[in-house]
Amino acid sequence: MEKFGFTISKGRQIDYESNNRRIAEYIFENEPSFRLCFECGGCSATCTTANFTGFSLRELNILIKRGENDQVRSTLKKCMLCGKCTLVCPRGVNTRNIVVLAKQAFQKSDEYEI
Amino acid sequence: MSKHVIVIGGGVAGLEVAGQLSKVGIEVSLIEKESKTGGHLNNWYKLFPDRRNSSEVKEYLNGITANNGINLMTDTTIEKFNRSRSCFSITTNGGKELIADAIVVATGFDLFKSARKEEYGYGIYDNVITSADLEEMFRKGEIVLTDGSVPESIGIIHCVGSRDEKVGNYYCSKLCCVTAVKQAIELREHLPESKVFCYYMDMRMGGAFYEELYREAQEKWGVNFIRGKVSEASETIEKKLMVKVEDTLAGRPLKMNLDMLVLMAGMEMSAGGEKVAGMSGLKTGENRFFAAADNHFGSNKSNIEGIFYAGTCTAPMNITETISHARAAFTEVMEWLRNGKR
Repeated sequence: MEKFGFTISKGRQIDYESNNRRIAEYIFENEPSFRLCFECGGCSATCTTANFTGFSLRELNILIKRGENDQVRSTLKKCMLCGKCTLVCPRGVNTRNIVVLAKQAFQKSDEYEI
Repeated sequence: MSKHVIVIGGGVAGLEVAGQLSKVGIEVSLIEKESKTGGHLNNWYKLFPDRRNSSEVKEYLNGITANNGINLMTDTTIEKFNRSRSCFSITTNGGKELIADAIVVATGFDLFKSARKEEYGYGIYDNVITSADLEEMFRKGEIVLTDGSVPESIGIIHCVGSRDEKVGNYYCSKLCCVTAVKQAIELREHLPESKVFCYYMDMRMGGAFYEELYREAQEKWGVNFIRGKVSEASETIEKKLMVKVEDTLAGRPLKMNLDMLVLMAGMEMSAGGEKVAGMSGLKTGENRFFAAADNHFGSNKSNIEGIFYAGTCTAPMNITETISHARAAFTEVMEWLRNGKR
């Protein structure tokens, strides 16, 4: 068939039902403090990486919870796991562990383990 | 025979309840640790939401506590506490023993000690001050930096010591948001050339006329609001204060240099209240404030019959709520003296 150069652009909406929240569920299960984030951004404010790259732990938190995993996956490797965010978090979220668990979850998901 | 009630604490709540009790002929002893009554009210400049002068409320409280023979004991603390089946006895630091039919605890709150939040630099950097320090500056009518110059940019950090697990306070002090808005307006009023920035996590404008004040701060005074928790402040070579925050609505980290930083200190159970709790067996909650017998219909009652609570010793409250709570305590005390007491 002739291609006319059109593409179908993906909607910007978060499609909550279709989105896959296995990554979030894996983290909830292994690090319950993940539920406590109230999006204050203290973690991202102190984050060395955030000042130079698009990495934002706060954003990562909410995107995983909404199942917007693709956006998160590529940014995860930017975290240097220094743990400064954990020192700041007013809700006592084990932020560093969330990055570790997210990486694990993506790997497990690739291997059809979750 | 006349009944005797001891009121512990001579702040807003204590004065109100003492005034109400004395008005109906109850003998009242009012114990205050400081040399004068009024509590924190003595330190405030103008009050939210209408920015009336705090002295007006003090005048009201002085009015209701005058002329009814309240036994006012200033510079007095409680050193011993005893209760028998039918009455309470309290020994003061002066060695005086008081016997009472009921006690009202109105020990109020202490402001969070902002130096505990070391990352904000209170007591470390010049020109990091607390909301209470700023009130004092307003009262003196002089808002200046430590070198005597006038600040051009001022940042206000919300939630210092509130909603922060790192300092052991889960709860929201609920009045710091509106205090920040009030002080931001007053800063702009005193220093029309200045720029004022509020760093907030949530704007909790739940009280009557709070939201209107917030709107006024934006509309009339051009106060800037940035949504994000400041992670740390540091001093630059030019002696400016640099704050780091994520502008969470823009989704990007933000840094900013300021001349002055104001920390909105939250409310905590007072040291005096903790002392009373320790010697009396009164229960405190997870938030360390006194635990009311029932959150809905017994907020003045304690776990000990005959001991009642008034005001912010049970939870953060504004002055309106404190006065209402103290009046409710008055009703509970009267009910106890009439019907409850053995």
